[in-house]
Amino acid sequence: MAELAVDKHVKYILAVEKNKDSFESVVMDHLRMNGAYWGLTALDLLGKLDSVNVDEVISWILKCQHESGGFSGNIGHDPHILYTLSAVQVLALFNKLDVLDIDKVATYITGLQNEDGSFSGDMWGEVDTRFSYIAICCLSILCCLGKINVEKAVSYILSCKNLDGGFGCTPGGESHAGQIFCCVGALALTGSLHYVDKDLLGWWLCERQVKSGGLNGRPEKLPDVCYSWWVLSSLIMIDRVHWIDKEKLVKFILDCQDVENGGISDRPDDAVDVYHTYFGVAGLSLLNYPGLKAIDPAYALPVDVVNRIFFSG
Amino acid sequence: MHGRPRKAPKPEDEAASSAKAQKLRALQTQFFSFHHNKIYTKEAVELSAKLLEINPESYTAWNYRKLAVEHYLNLPDCNPDSIKSVLDDELRVVENALRQNFKSYGAWHHRKWVLSKGHSLIDNELRLLDKFQKADSRNFHAWNYRRFVAESMKRSEQDELKYTEDMIYANFSNYSAWHNRSVLLSALFDKKAEGFLLKEKVLPEEYEFIHQAIFTDPDDQSGWFYHLWLLDQTVTTDSPLLASSWPGHGSDVLLVGDRCYNGSAFSPFSALHSDSGSFPIVLYFNQPVRGVNSSTVTVECGFNKNEDLLWKPLSASNSQTARVWVAHLKVSSSDLHSTVEVSVGHTKGIISTRGFEYSHPSMLSFKVHVQPMERDSSQVSVAESISLREENFKVYGKQSEESIIDSFDQLIIKNGHETTASNWRFEALAKEIECFRELLSLVDCKIGKLTLARLLKAYDAMSYPFANKLVHSEEVLELYSDLMKLDRTHYQFYKDERSIVLLQKYKDSVSSAICGPICLRLNNLSLSRMGAFEKLLWVQMLDLSHNELQSIEGLEAMQLLSCLSLRNNKLRSLTALEPLRKLKLLRILDISYNQIGDHSIDTTRYVCSSPLSHSVGSELNRDETVTSDVALINNWEAFYIFKDFNLNQLDIVGNTIADEKFKSVLVKIMPKLKQLDGKLLD
Repeated sequence: MAELAVDKHVKYILAVEKNKDSFESVVMDHLRMNGAYWGLTALDLLGKLDSVNVDEVISWILKCQHESGGFSGNIGHDPHILYTLSAVQVLALFNKLDVLDIDKVATYITGLQNEDGSFSGDMWGEVDTRFSYIAICCLSILCCLGKINVEKAVSYILSCKNLDGGFGCTPGGESHAGQIFCCVGALALTGSLHYVDKDLLGWWLCERQVKSGGLNGRPEKLPDVCYSWWVLSSLIMIDRVHWIDKEKLVKFILDCQDVENGGISDRPDDAVDVYHTYFGVAGLSLLNYPGLKAIDPAYALPVDVVNRIFFSG
Repeated sequence: MHGRPRKAPKPEDEAASSAKAQKLRALQTQFFSFHHNKIYTKEAVELSAKLLEINPESYTAWNYRKLAVEHYLNLPDCNPDSIKSVLDDELRVVENALRQNFKSYGAWHHRKWVLSKGHSLIDNELRLLDKFQKADSRNFHAWNYRRFVAESMKRSEQDELKYTEDMIYANFSNYSAWHNRSVLLSALFDKKAEGFLLKEKVLPEEYEFIHQAIFTDPDDQSGWFYHLWLLDQTVTTDSPLLASSWPGHGSDVLLVGDRCYNGSAFSPFSALHSDSGSFPIVLYFNQPVRGVNSSTVTVECGFNKNEDLLWKPLSASNSQTARVWVAHLKVSSSDLHSTVEVSVGHTKGIISTRGFEYSHPSMLSFKVHVQPMERDSSQVSVAESISLREENFKVYGKQSEESIIDSFDQLIIKNGHETTASNWRFEALAKEIECFRELLSLVDCKIGKLTLARLLKAYDAMSYPFANKLVHSEEVLELYSDLMKLDRTHYQFYKDERSIVLLQKYKDSVSSAICGPICLRLNNLSLSRMGAFEKLLWVQMLDLSHNELQSIEGLEAMQLLSCLSLRNNKLRSLTALEPLRKLKLLRILDISYNQIGDHSIDTTRYVCSSPLSHSVGSELNRDETVTSDVALINNWEAFYIFKDFNLNQLDIVGNTIADEKFKSVLVKIMPKLKQLDGKLLD
């Protein structure tokens, strides 16, 4: 079996961080905050977080914070809940949550909760269960989850539960592994997993594994390394991960590496990017691949980072 | 980011890319200038359209356009025509963006936002949607948008149902259409809409429809989950029922004051050791319910009516909903013999999670005998290792010499319940069984076997309290064994399902309600999962050693357990032991030779109540006796699981985690522990 080309991937991630001139880079400019989270968490899982200049990263992050308390995807862009979570997650990685005015961030997020318990992404009102997860995860990391109406948030998420046991982005929306991760993660973080029919959802999730060993995101779609995270972490949170063939999945992820130039792609022999590199490494961590730090399936941060938030001092 | 082939970078590619990048960056810089300075001239707005055409994901540009629209709408010289022109422009920009990327969240939301301004060309929207559905019938953005449009237009569910039918006839392999169909049908059932009042009329047609999908291509998953939903609709009774209880109806319970395991196996009574003169009453429902309390469940014991009995749900965290409920009844020491009557559901209030009321009031009664204390309990010597003695055990599978006694538990269900499940349910199942047997005779396929197994199980479960045995168990077990070979990827899934069927075959438990055995040996059965708890409520000593259990989910129902062996199984973490926290009578636990400490990823971390899931407060940090001595950050799981245990004896050897350091942590967490890994503690 192929092995994880750790050094190549570290080099790749660091190169992506520096290269701001390619077309790909400019087109992703608006989500650089997400990119930072993907790249840096991957580096931490690979044991190489110290390869970056912490101060530079933090100073850039703070430049992305707006008056409202929310963070934008990059300097100049508008704030959005998506990038607010990534910012908080990166600060947690570096154990620098203390640079934040926590109340300010919390106010931004609580302001985005709607009457029905759902969350908007920003002031323009797009509603999606992804944002419910983000709000809950973010405030959880900041230890002030009680600032939102948790009960309503949970009941909105449950209104998006489908008859196949999965979850969609809005009520009636088709089950999709990404949305399922967000809803199951949010329910996990609020101690509400008993609302999930674990056997029903577990079967839907385990049937994402196709012949090649990879996982797809919904029935009759192609496998993709990012689902190694969305599907896998969901299975782990509901304790049904033994229903897939873990070895076959490890092999699939390793086959998606570019072992010459570093990086991981969505499918074998496709172009690599930092998004799939992160999800590939995170998936391998969940599969107990040797040499990687353990990652928490709900917070999507290394276990030692999560434990540090909850149990130290 | 998806689906682009990997290419070695060539210098001319990099140069071209760099040039494109510079152009885009220039565009972006200019855009930011307009945006930050709130400039909404025609030229500025055009620039944002150019930007979005190249990069529809640049979300700030969509925000800017909304601001520009609002700016125009607030101008003093705007009129219906100019408004229409402005909004038409927006719709055009969205269409262009969607052509670039029809999965762009920003584009779809912008369109919704524009329509919310009241400029409704809703008919156009359906046409646009048709275009997108043809391009990609699985585009969930389009389906979501369709739902939004249908609601705005107030299109009926029946019309939308017809649409899903058309889509499915065009291509059976359309999971999105099946999904939408299930949502619409479900809504129509709930509303009791005209033509959808009777499931028995609608479901057979749906079965016909889904067969076409499954039988055309059994490997295509699109229909599998819809069929499972149809099965659920066929089988699930709306009202919750009481499936089982302890004590069982008509049984005799002997409360024993001192610790004597001798003789109890042969006594005519179920003997239960109790220090406090109280014992649990366990109610096991067929689905999770809430509202079990001293008003909805009344308990009369001798001359006392227990009005302040506290009924607790056995569920994780603070959920007030559970399948299993327990209350502790204290028998007065002066009453050596009492009759207890438990009335369930004579007052309304017990409700299932789906909102259906418990509607079949039941009554069970049993006798309680108190054995007076023969020895002063303080003279009882510290227990020698309690071993799971052979003669105390009822061996699984061994045929009892006594005739199989009709289950008294079932009497509860017979009283006041419809005598048979409605015929249409049986007919529907029988027809499905026939269809799938036919499919399997033509094609040896996984979905055929799995569905047949599910159908046979459902058929048996529906016949169950009235038939004496589960007719199809053997066939179901064989189907799962076949599946374990046929679909090796999902081996463990079939193994788990098989384990539960194996346990449900066990029916001798009912005779124990009157005959006395309290111990059960279920070892060496390759069990990967526990189940059938409704039949195992009477067990006090359980031997599950030498199996393959990696989960003991549901074990909290076995409230009488005082002695449990999980030796030589596959438990992977301390949090997997969470169900045991609810077993207040547990004194002897053997978890030796498992895998606790082997794995860095904890799969029960969130299923267990823990501070990480905010289902538990921060009591940990305030408990000084532990935090001063113990590195909490490394041992929080141990603290959480073991602090509420009342164990006398624990075996943990053979787990990677169980080094001397960890054992000393355990001793600190459980000061009442008398024996650890065979060693007596002071």
